[in-house]
Amino acid sequence: MNKRQRMFVRMVLASLLRRRSRMIIALLAIVVGATILSGLGMIYYDVPRQMSAQFRSYGANIIFVPKDGDDMTDEAIRKGIEVFPSDKLEGYTPYRYENMKFNNQPVTLAGTDFSSVLKTSPYWHISGELSDGNGGSLVGRKIAEKFGLSVGDSISLLNSFEITDDKDITGIPDYEIYTDPQTGEKYCDHSIDLKVSGILETGGSEEDYIYVTLADLGSLMLSDRSCDIVEVSVAAREDELKGYLDKINKSSYPLTAKPVKRVTASESTVLSKLEALVLIVTLVVLALTMICVATTMMAVIAERRREIGLRKALGALDSSIVLEFLSEGLVLGAVGGILGSVLGYLFANAVSMNVFSSAITFRPLLLPVTIIASVIVTGLACLIPIRSAVDVDPALVLKGE
Amino acid sequence: MKLLELKNVTKRYGSLYALDKVSLSIDKGEWIAIMGPSGSGKSTMMNIISCMDKPTEGQVIFDGRDITKDSRKKLTEFHRDKIGLVFQQFHLINYLNAVENVMVAQYYHSMPDEKEALEALERVGLKDRAKHLPSQLSGGEQQRVCIARALINSPELILADEPTGNLDEANENIVLDLFKQLHKEGTSLIVVTHDPEVGEVAQRVVRLEHGKIVSDKKNDHFGV
Repeated sequence: MNKRQRMFVRMVLASLLRRRSRMIIALLAIVVGATILSGLGMIYYDVPRQMSAQFRSYGANIIFVPKDGDDMTDEAIRKGIEVFPSDKLEGYTPYRYENMKFNNQPVTLAGTDFSSVLKTSPYWHISGELSDGNGGSLVGRKIAEKFGLSVGDSISLLNSFEITDDKDITGIPDYEIYTDPQTGEKYCDHSIDLKVSGILETGGSEEDYIYVTLADLGSLMLSDRSCDIVEVSVAAREDELKGYLDKINKSSYPLTAKPVKRVTASESTVLSKLEALVLIVTLVVLALTMICVATTMMAVIAERRREIGLRKALGALDSSIVLEFLSEGLVLGAVGGILGSVLGYLFANAVSMNVFSSAITFRPLLLPVTIIASVIVTGLACLIPIRSAVDVDPALVLKGE
Repeated sequence: MKLLELKNVTKRYGSLYALDKVSLSIDKGEWIAIMGPSGSGKSTMMNIISCMDKPTEGQVIFDGRDITKDSRKKLTEFHRDKIGLVFQQFHLINYLNAVENVMVAQYYHSMPDEKEALEALERVGLKDRAKHLPSQLSGGEQQRVCIARALINSPELILADEPTGNLDEANENIVLDLFKQLHKEGTSLIVVTHDPEVGEVAQRVVRLEHGKIVSDKKNDHFGV
């Protein structure tokens, strides 16, 4: 750096550091602008992720069903699930439905995995507790009311099936064989005793079922056939989901993946509207901020008209003055941009914690974007008053006119 | 040898004549005081000589060169190389210290050199105040920094506009002593002033009234 360049840096730094009160006002305007830009930018980019996570509380958005009547094997389910990126997969839960009798009345039993059920159905409200799978069951509210069941009661479920040659009943602990007097067919009554761990309330059809573990259902039914449906919850946009579903459905896995249209479509609509809203707010605030920064910079430079006049009287060319004042503005813009990026993240995080109760994802790309935007806005805001200031007649301003 | 020549210079603002066919010739090394009441055209003449303004009519010949037709950029360059300015209100940059204020003039002229700037401050008796900001200097000290800034690039002409207008008597004498020293060293000086005492120490006094030169006299007591 030669002496001239060193003097240039010395003048710019002196102006920034020794005119602290003025510079702090300008810097404050820039920091506020950069904070809002960075904060809203982060919110804008994070809203879909946050909202997707929120939407997951409304239940699964994808289901796997058997393809062409084939059984969905555990292997096929695992491969299907592996299509979704692990960071987007909230959870998946298999369900197997069987009809049987309780108190001589037909009931539907649903076998599931209690360890994952709340990930795909977080809206379930359970009085008591979720079964730990050790002989416990979750009874839908309507069934509980119908049979007068409450938490802690024991229920005896009865599976009655015709004895055929392919049905091995040896080894069944509790069974009773009887013959239908009219048809002469032999039947086996196999029962299992379970404890009511909790009563399930959803306001939906789930209240009509008794939920047990897949293992308990298998032992009651004397078969370990695969599940009827797998509910999958994935935090992704509609178009993204479509890509995953296409991949699964084009594979040879014996299952079909379908979107839960009602959920994915409404998610997409709400997200699009929300994104548009945040974008509009961001642009409006950005425009207002630009005006604010520009006005402040104009005021800061306007009060230096005499100094500009003096520099011209000392022989400064217009280009030299523009460069010096612009450099000050650009340094301020860069410093303001850096501070604004950090504060913007804190601001966005505070908003996210209050609205979504979760931390915002820091997006490193927004850091240079904010700094560059801040530098450009400040530069433009400086250029206008500098251009008019260099046109001043030094003879007039130095006379105080 | 002529340094500056104004030939029939007129400056008109609408129908108002600030200068009316003024002709003036200044030799190299000469010290001239331009005096006159407010509105007589002193400042207009100074602005034209310092290349900060252009005449409506007439010619300004500086060092043999007609600068009347020069572009603004050329005038700036010319003025930067040839003229040092001293102002009544000092016009120091308030966030730069004394030596930096002197170096600003070097910066726009050629290459800043702190050692030279300190020497210039030493010449006006302010080397020990080099790191002080203008707000930490008295009016007289500020004017001396202004003079150091004006002479740092060794100009052929120092143009001073009411240089003692804001100073007390003691500081006025210091400034005038500096001018005497500069004049001895061969620097040409044009001092615009209201103050008869400042006029008296100049080599030649030019009086303006209503945009016209009404008298142009050598000072008989000069150098006494």
